[in-house]
Amino acid sequence: MKEKYSEDHVVSTGTYTAVWLVLLVLLAATIAVARLHLLARFSVLGTLAIASIKAGLVLAFFMHLKYEGGFLKGMLAVVLSALTILIGMTFVDVWYR
Amino acid sequence: MSTETGHVDHLGKKMGMWFFLFTEILFFGGMFLLYAIFRSKYAQAFHAVAAEENLLLGTINTVILLTSSFTIALSIAAVKRGENILSSHLQLATILMGFAFLVIKVFEWNAKITLGLYPDSPLLLKRGKGEILFFGLYYVITGLHGLHVLVGCIVIAFMLFFTRRKTIDRGNYARLENTGLYWHFVDIVWIYLYPLFYLIT
Amino acid sequence: MMPRSDVPVAGSFYDRTGKYRWIVAEWMMSTDHKRIGVMYLMALLSFFSVGVVLGFLIRLSLLSPGWLVDQQTYNELFTLHGVIQIFLFIIPGIPVAFGNIFIPLLIGARDVAFPRINRLSWWLYVTGAVIILLSLFMHGRPPDTGWTFYVPYSIRTPANISTAVLGVFVLGFSSILTGLNFVTTIHRMRAPGMTWFRMPAFVWTLYATGWVQMLATPVLAITLLFIILGRFFGVGFFDPAKGGDPILYEHLFWMYSHPAVYIMVLPAMGIISEIVPVFSRRALFGYTAVCLSALGIAIVGYAVWGHHMFTSGMSDTARVIFSFVTFLVAIPSGVKIFNWVSTLYKGSIALDAPLIFALSFIFLFSIGGLTGLIIGSLAPNLHLHGTYFIVGHFHYVMFGGAGFSILAGLHYWFPKITGRMYSEKKAKIGWLNLFVGFNILYFSMFVLGFQGMPRRYFDYPSQYHMNHVISTVGSWFLAVGLIIIFWNLIRAVFNGEKASMNPWGGKTLEWTISSPPPHENFREIPVISRGPYPYDEEAVR
Repeated sequence: MKEKYSEDHVVSTGTYTAVWLVLLVLLAATIAVARLHLLARFSVLGTLAIASIKAGLVLAFFMHLKYEGGFLKGMLAVVLSALTILIGMTFVDVWYR
Repeated sequence: MSTETGHVDHLGKKMGMWFFLFTEILFFGGMFLLYAIFRSKYAQAFHAVAAEENLLLGTINTVILLTSSFTIALSIAAVKRGENILSSHLQLATILMGFAFLVIKVFEWNAKITLGLYPDSPLLLKRGKGEILFFGLYYVITGLHGLHVLVGCIVIAFMLFFTRRKTIDRGNYARLENTGLYWHFVDIVWIYLYPLFYLIT
Repeated sequence: MMPRSDVPVAGSFYDRTGKYRWIVAEWMMSTDHKRIGVMYLMALLSFFSVGVVLGFLIRLSLLSPGWLVDQQTYNELFTLHGVIQIFLFIIPGIPVAFGNIFIPLLIGARDVAFPRINRLSWWLYVTGAVIILLSLFMHGRPPDTGWTFYVPYSIRTPANISTAVLGVFVLGFSSILTGLNFVTTIHRMRAPGMTWFRMPAFVWTLYATGWVQMLATPVLAITLLFIILGRFFGVGFFDPAKGGDPILYEHLFWMYSHPAVYIMVLPAMGIISEIVPVFSRRALFGYTAVCLSALGIAIVGYAVWGHHMFTSGMSDTARVIFSFVTFLVAIPSGVKIFNWVSTLYKGSIALDAPLIFALSFIFLFSIGGLTGLIIGSLAPNLHLHGTYFIVGHFHYVMFGGAGFSILAGLHYWFPKITGRMYSEKKAKIGWLNLFVGFNILYFSMFVLGFQGMPRRYFDYPSQYHMNHVISTVGSWFLAVGLIIIFWNLIRAVFNGEKASMNPWGGKTLEWTISSPPPHENFREIPVISRGPYPYDEEAVR
């Protein structure tokens, strides 16, 4: 039972262009949020959230993750969970000293 | 790798590249861990010092990398359609943008170093602990990221050569696709670096 | 060329391919997983021997407080002993030797997914080893920080730390690439009909290990880089004077080094899972649970690293959490132990060398694991951390566990790799010396540690003298045992009886091809229609 793959799927130039433009818009948005303190106390969280959306778009479309089988998506989730555990448990130390 | 029938295992090669990127996530992850811990400890200092960064140059670099991701994605699509010449032009554009990024980075570093702000410099050690850490993280993370950009440019240059030679073509483009994956990863790291060093004011 | 009488049968992967003039070049340039595995095996066993000699010297110097070597030399000895045994022997260990030789054979493939990256892994291993050895002889002293390179000493000591750490960095990269290669191989190159749950359990453990190699080693890489940056550029992430925190070094270091012990022991458990069914003629009890427990150990083992840091100044909350999760990781390990024992029950036991070493593993690893629970408990750990109790614990799990498993695998697969058979009697005599010596050497360490003897000390008060002497005498029996074992095997390589295709009656794929295997592994890729241990079905028939 082999994983399904997307060799034949070609993302259109139009889709790529749209993603690129959205990325630039999000870049503008993130500068606005940060420098204009649009979200007040949550500015940093906001800029990181926007960064994650940008990263997600690059992953999904430029890196084709949207069109790949569940396996790669699952493994990426595992990897990010691993990193979260590492950072999270270190924080449990540092915060509660 | 090839199966008994001689066909190259495209998905296998792609998997291998993704796995390599997973290791890179953990590699940069260690640095982001330190950043997170130190920022939580010295939030005020990080906020203040981030304002000293050159927002314009940082933003230009972000635009450059985002666009370079765009061009390399287009270059792979072009090869899949059999348009090797177009693909090679797009790859060249990606390389040039990569180099532009590095040039700007060198300018930024140079500006700080001539001011006397580098790890263990007498001037830096006079500043607060949070600031010393911020600059340490800045040099280490952007330095390693820049190294990855440089390696990426060199690898894309090889792909450019193969694309012109037609050893990369619509039936055999795994190498180019994997190079693209690597380049997008380098872009994503910067997507996170940018707010963490330029926008947390 | 006439076949010589002292080389294996013609038509094996040892035959000259004719591509290179010099045999060294032919082997060093090879991308054949079997050749790469054999070269790794030779290197591993050589470094192991050096490490044993160092351990022998350490024990010798402890016969009397402060005897034989001075404090500085003692620090260098135990540093080198740890670095060699851990980074050059046991972490690469089973994956690079047996994994390389046997994964493709066990899954019915012709090679691994990326043979040239496999060759790169081997070259990186050699390079890393050379760099580490350089750190011994360059101007400046050999490393003296312990294999853990703790700050601040590792930043401040004038010893050749940066070189040694660079060598470990290169070795880490080799390990990452090996893990990547194996995981891809297992995903993509299984023979037709070999579903995930028809794979040998050993392959499952190498799969789980590959993920740990990929996801833990990069953290070590960046940590080592921070040491080098600290030494050369004064980057002070771990220096309080510069706002840093030395405990963060320990966090980052153990984030790799704890999962690393699962890199050591998971494949070792896999070998036991292969041997026990064959030598009891029974299917592996609870096969599915055994396979999934490998993943369980890898996952839970990723979240326990703080138990190395209970006395470091970490927060109470963190310490309690890490202790709790440490107890959890014993569960999947227990699953394996119970299933092996259940496999043996009412089996037709053949007490040959591979099984004797495997049974030793179960016994010794259990002791090591149970003492691990003692020091995984927060309160006892506060007394036992940094004592000989720890040293005893990890030698039981790493040497008694992974080390004995390597010996088990060596004896099990010796006929397949070399086409020869060793002397069963000598193997058993060697085993007896080793086993008795091992327990005398290391059990006395539990007593020493409980009595308060600190580790990494070159001298001690007289109250510890008797147990130190006992421990050192144990090391002499152990050394004799190892010499007999390896002499037996080395002799058999040249003079042993020719081995058949399947001397043990194994049912996994490597036993269906000649001993040693041919270049291309299988004449035809097999089609699989059953699991790896069909003994019960056959017994019924």
